[in-house]
Order: sequence, then C-alpha cells, then structure tokens
Amino acid sequence: MKIALNITKTIQDLLLGFMPEGTASILAMVIIALIYLAIFSVAGLMLVLVERKVAAWFQLRIGPNRVGPWGLLQTMADALKLVSKELTGTVKADMFLYNLAPYFVIVSSLMALAVFPFTQEFQAFDINIGIFFLIAISSIGVIGILLGGYASNNKFALIGAMRSGVQTISYELSVGLSLLTMILITGSLQLSEIVEVQKNGWLIVQGHIPAVIAFMIYMIAGTAETNRAPFDMVEAESELGAGFHTEYSGMKFAYFFLAEFINMFIIAAVAATVFFGGWLSPFGITDSIPWLGVFWFLGKTFALVFLMMWFRWTFPRLRVDQLLTLEWKYLLPLNLLNIVLMALIVWLGLTIQL
Amino acid sequence: MTNEALQKLMSSWNSELEFIEEGSQFLNISVKAANFHQLMSQLKSNSETSFDYLFCVTGIDLGKELGVIYHLESTTHRHIIVIKVKTDDRENPTFDTVSDIWKTADFHEREVFDFFGIKFNNHPNLKRLFLTDEWEGFPLRKDYVDEVNMVIK
Amino acid sequence: MDTNSANSNLKSEDYFINMGPQHPATHGVLRLLLTIDGEIIKKVEPDLGYIHRSIEKMCERDSYQQIVHLTDRMDYLSSHINNEAVCLTVENALELEVPERVKVIRTIIGELTRIASHCLWWGVMGMDVGALTTYFYGFRDREMINDIFEETCGARLTMNYNIPGGLMFDIHPNFVKRTKDFVAHFKTKIPEYDKLLTNNVIFQKRMKGVGILSKEDAISFGASGPVARGSGYSCDVRKYHSYSALDKVTFNEALKSDGDSLARYEVRIQEMWESLSIIEQLIDNIPEGEHKIATNAVIKLPKGEFYQKVETARGELGVFIHSTGTKNPYRLKFRSPGFSNLSLLNHIAVGGKIGDLVASMATLDLVIPDIDR
Repeated sequence: MKIALNITKTIQDLLLGFMPEGTASILAMVIIALIYLAIFSVAGLMLVLVERKVAAWFQLRIGPNRVGPWGLLQTMADALKLVSKELTGTVKADMFLYNLAPYFVIVSSLMALAVFPFTQEFQAFDINIGIFFLIAISSIGVIGILLGGYASNNKFALIGAMRSGVQTISYELSVGLSLLTMILITGSLQLSEIVEVQKNGWLIVQGHIPAVIAFMIYMIAGTAETNRAPFDMVEAESELGAGFHTEYSGMKFAYFFLAEFINMFIIAAVAATVFFGGWLSPFGITDSIPWLGVFWFLGKTFALVFLMMWFRWTFPRLRVDQLLTLEWKYLLPLNLLNIVLMALIVWLGLTIQL
Repeated sequence: MTNEALQKLMSSWNSELEFIEEGSQFLNISVKAANFHQLMSQLKSNSETSFDYLFCVTGIDLGKELGVIYHLESTTHRHIIVIKVKTDDRENPTFDTVSDIWKTADFHEREVFDFFGIKFNNHPNLKRLFLTDEWEGFPLRKDYVDEVNMVIK
Repeated sequence: MDTNSANSNLKSEDYFINMGPQHPATHGVLRLLLTIDGEIIKKVEPDLGYIHRSIEKMCERDSYQQIVHLTDRMDYLSSHINNEAVCLTVENALELEVPERVKVIRTIIGELTRIASHCLWWGVMGMDVGALTTYFYGFRDREMINDIFEETCGARLTMNYNIPGGLMFDIHPNFVKRTKDFVAHFKTKIPEYDKLLTNNVIFQKRMKGVGILSKEDAISFGASGPVARGSGYSCDVRKYHSYSALDKVTFNEALKSDGDSLARYEVRIQEMWESLSIIEQLIDNIPEGEHKIATNAVIKLPKGEFYQKVETARGELGVFIHSTGTKNPYRLKFRSPGFSNLSLLNHIAVGGKIGDLVASMATLDLVIPDIDR
C-alpha cells in the first residue's frame, strides 16, 4: 500500500500540472493550511470530548453519552451551539483589542502545529529551527490572554490576565531550558533531525538521568504554560469566576477554549517528539510500514495528554505566589544544573546508544 | 461560680442592678443604660467572672420599651448570665456599644440596629447589615407595618 | 527634578472587587466587597441579606409546631439539628420528658446529618482549592445518608422529622441495617479522602499557616463549632450542655491548636470519625417505646424566657424564646453559628492572597441562609 504522506509535495505536484509555479505554490500553501485547520478543529473537539470522558472516569460519572453513539458527537453539538450564540460584550470594552484577542490565541496555537513531523514525510513545514520556532510561537498566545483580560473591562478578567502574564513569562524559561537540555544530545533544532537521532534510542533513554529530570520539568512547566490545573491561576473559577475570558461568549469564547486544548496537544506532541522518539516505533517493530508512524506519534501524544488530564482532575490548585516560588526557586536552578550535567554526559560520551 | 455567688459579687460593684431568676434557666440582670458599658467591661475583665464569650445578642421590642439582651458565657468557669438593658425612648434609642469588649458584637449590634433601630454609641461601622440602606422603618419592631410583604393571620 | 516629589504626584487608588452575590466561591448569595492591592487582600466587607426572609418575624406569628418547619430553611445542611433545637426549647419550657427512643433516634439522625454536612463541605472545600474531583466523592457518600433519610422521613434535605414531643413517625424497618451499612462503608472512605486531598502536598501548602485565628480572637469573635475548635477553644455543646442521648455516649471532642485553615479542616475530618463512633454506640441500642408523646394541639409556652443550645455541623445554634404565655412566641431569636463565624472572615483574610481568602472562607463552612435567616 502506498499512501502519499508527503502532502506538501503531492499537492504542489498536482497543482503544477495546470498552472504556473508561483500561483501553484501559494495555492498549495492555502490548501495545506485549510487541511490543517480542518483536522485540528476536529482534533480540538475530540480532545474536549476525551477530557470530559476522562474527567467523568475520575469522578465516578459516566460523562457525555446522549448525542451520537457513546456521546461522540457531544462536542460537535456544543460547537454548533457556540457558533449560533450571540456575541456579547461589555459596554466600555476596548472593542478593537477585545475582538483581536481570541485570534492571537488561536492563530498562535495553530501556527505551532505546522512544524510537527507526524511521520517521516507528513510534515507541512520542516524548518531548521523547529524547536526554537515552537517556543517562540507558543509565547505569543499570552499576548492574546493579556489583551483579552485587559480589554474586556472586567476586574476579574484583568486579575486573571495579569496572573497569566507572570505565569507564562516564568514558565517559558523552564520549557525552553528543559528542551535545550535535550538539544545538547541532538545537536540540532530541526524536528525531523531530532527524530532521526532517536533511531539509536529515544532521547529519554539516551540522556538517562538528566533526560528524565528534563522531562519532568518540561511536563510541569508545560502544564503551567497551557494554564491548566494545577496551574490554572488564570481561570481559577473558585477565585475569579472564569478569569480572562469572563466577558467572552459564543465563538470568541470557543477560540479560547479550543486554543487551550490545542496547546495541550502541542505540549504533549513536543514531549513525544523530543523525549519519546516522535513517530518512531518502540524497538523499530513497525519500521517497514512508514505510515504507521502517525499512530505511534498520536499514541505517545495522547498518553501524555492523558497524563496532563490526570494532573488536572487530581490536584488542587497552587496559589499564585507558590506558583512563582516553584518556578524561580526550584525548577529554574534545577534546570540550569541539569543542563550542566547533560553537557558533561554528552562531552564524556556517557549517553546510552542502543 | 453559682448564681448566688455571682449575684453577690455583682451587687458589690453596683447596687442598682436588678436580678431576676424566675422564668429563665439563667441568672438575668437588668442594668441601666448609663452603667451598662462599665458593667460589661467589668464582667469581662474580672478574673472571677471572666465572661469572655458573648454568644447571643437579641434585640427585643417590649411594646413601650426597646431592649437588648446579651447572653454571656465564661470559657474558663463555664457559667452563663443574661444581661438586659432597656430604654423608653422609641424615637432615638441609644446604648453604648460593647464591640470594643467582644469583637463579635460588631455584627450582632449591626443586626439589632438593622431590625430595631437601636443605635450604639462608638460603634465603628453602624449601618444596615441585611436590609438596603434606603429601607424605611425597622421590621422586627412590633409597630412595623408593611401591607405588601407581611402576611398577618 | 526631585524624584521624591515626582513619586508623590502619582495617584494610587484602592482596587475594589465585588465578590458575589453570584460567585462560585461564596456558595450562595453572599456578597463580599474586597479591597485589594494586587493580589493582597486589604479589607473584606461582607454584605448580607440577599436571602433574608425574616424568619424571626415570621415565627412571631406562627405556632410552635409551625416554627419547626421554618428552621429547616436556615442551615439546610443541618436541618434535623435545627428542628431539634426548637423542639428541645419547647419541650424544656413545657417540662416534657420525651421517651428514650426519641432521644436516641434524634441523636443518631443528628450525627448522620453532621456527617452528610461535612461530606458536602469536604467536596466543595476541594473545589474551592481547585481539586474538582473531591466534589463527587463527597456527594457519593452523602447520597447514602440522604437515601436513609428519605426512607425514614420522606425527605432528603429539609426533613421536618422532629415535632415538639417526639418524632413525626417511627423509623423505617430498614433504618438500622442501612445505617450500619453506611457506617461500615464510610469507614473505608474517610481514609480515601485523606489520600485524595489531605495528604496532597499542594493542598497542605495551600492550607498550612493560612487564615490564622488565635484562641483569644476565636472567643472574642464568638466563633463556635469546628472553626473555634481549630483554634483550640473547646466549645462542643454536645460536651458542655449535653442534650438528647448525647450523655449516654463517649466521644472525643476534636481539637486542634494551630488555628489555621488546615486545623479547621482536620477538625472536621476528625468529627466525622467521632460521629461514626457515636452512631455505632447507639444504633444497636435503640430502646423500644413510643416515638412521640401527646402534646396539646395548641402549644402554649409558660411566661418566661427559654434558651437552648445545640451543636449543628457549623457550630453552636441558639434558640431564644421570649414567651408571654400565648400560642406564639413574643420574640424568637436564632443565634446562628455562621453569622458569628462570618464576622471573623475579615480578620483572618486580611494580608493574604485572593486564593487564601477563598481557602479560608471554605474552612469556615458558611451556609448563607443560616447567616441571613
């Protein structure tokens, strides 16, 4: 079976058959963007459903089970409801910034998706600074949250936005540094290259002790960066109502909501790619069938997504000062030490190569 | 301390106190508004009485008079007494606050003010607690009339 | 230019936040006016009355049998104990001696009510600090108690099981068995609560040293119940002014001396164990006999003043009746535990963060209809 996984090339070749090269490449980009958009709006809805089912499982409930078989269409129905709802707003809101904010959030999370190698060929945009690009893009989302909280003229929203500001700026450091630790092994920022290196063993095995530490720091910081419990200061419904998106309704709210879930997917996907070998199968058992890489990639990602949901439905929330203490007094120094340790291990050639 | 001992001790402080024991399981003491605050602080600070726990403040409209009833307990001796203070002045009833002696009196006195219109001198924040600021009249007084909201059988 | 004078020109204003009356943390219609400086609370001013129904005024027009039904609607989570308070006041005033059977059943149901109330509190306590799962665990166990109540008295929340002179009806034949089942079930569940929430490091950090209330302040603010006992003030009405069948059982008063939110939390967990032990001591020894004694259709209390204290799940509930010898009370006052406990919120929350306010408010276990009446 031959499946055309190299989508960029396939589409471009198809278009080149009947139009000039410049038009073809632009059109190809548009088509790919639309495909990604379609896949990930559905994936976002799926994640919401998964979260609700997982939550129900943790909480001795059944979860959504009315719409469609086993409630599978529940989030579709929710999305349709949100589309049809009125877009309300506060009177004295800064309307331009207020309307702009959801787009910042959703665009930044969709942009990040472009660089992931789902299998060897299935990658829209194989940039040579992949990891750097991901870190840079993921911090743009916080601008949207700050704008949304500031512009909606609500005091709870403003507090939520300010919390989000301090939180993302702080935890961005840990995300970056823990990934940097792994870059020391791979020697490349390009995601396809990083996966290639792991053919000698996943990085969490290659880097053993410092890699495990880096993974744990990354998961903590990643959860914080997506503003999910136990780091959901930004929303903290028992403290701030709904936080920064208190005044949003309908699709604008749905953008924030969807972005949260796509961000969760991104954090898990980065972890799967950098620590667990991306689309590589364990011990190369399915190397002969390349398209199965998609399932390995998604399987690893969803296992990590489940881990993040597990955090959310088990832990209480930290207080805002404890959140900052955790980052600046514990994670950051540990991270810096960990980088030195990893550098020593790479320098002395103590990595485990299978 | 037994009720008799309390009665004896307190009459040595102030001879104008009125003691009533019948019709109640506790020792009841009526005090004039003028001596009220001094008696209360003495009850709290005296080591033999040490009534440090004010657990109930009740406003009451006795028809002609308005009064406030204080239930006091000592957490060391575990005895209970009831202090009553009354006034004839229905237009502008005023007593001294005891919120400087027991912090709980702050809220309880605001409640009494809210429902009976009894004012408390030197209270730090005497304003309506349950009802809105523009509410007219004091609902728990016997002469309060509200034909819309009150169902009288 | 002089920097000092430039700074003094900067205007600084207090930031007011209106928490409630519709806010998830206030568990009802309580409005808090917060003055904050960044995240730090400078002042908390409660604004009450959103669910004020003037029950005290309504009581002045109702007969004593009718008053019992109103008390359900105050602290709806300890409705049985509220009923009991009024019934005890009336019975004491009339010098009625209710049968032993009534006393024992009242005590068992009272303790079940306390456990149910603490289960709900535990669930929402977890929610307030962000652990959403606790809510369902608490409700799972509370449902079992509610089922027992439903079978015996036909209602799950506002039970009206007490009447002056006894109980509305006798217990259901299944009552003893189901209560025993519940006790056995719940003994395995409290350790689960500890695993899920109490021993969680984040929870410990959130609660320890937060919202500290000293023993002196607890007494001065008129605190009662678990709030006061968390500060080391021994005030259990069941111990000091024992009522119903509580003098027949042995139990320990849960006491902690730290005075912080964690202490108040642990006191309530401990109380659930004690309540289980009280139920166990009584459930096998329900005496045979009548479930009520006849009273006059129109109850007239003698002239005088009557006061009865009981220990609800939230603290000391007092019923003060000033009677003039008619069929209605001349003045009836409910000393509600939540009212005094709320008054100390400002004291324990100032200086903390918004998150601390929510956490310490949760440990006060406020029920707003109980405060507003």
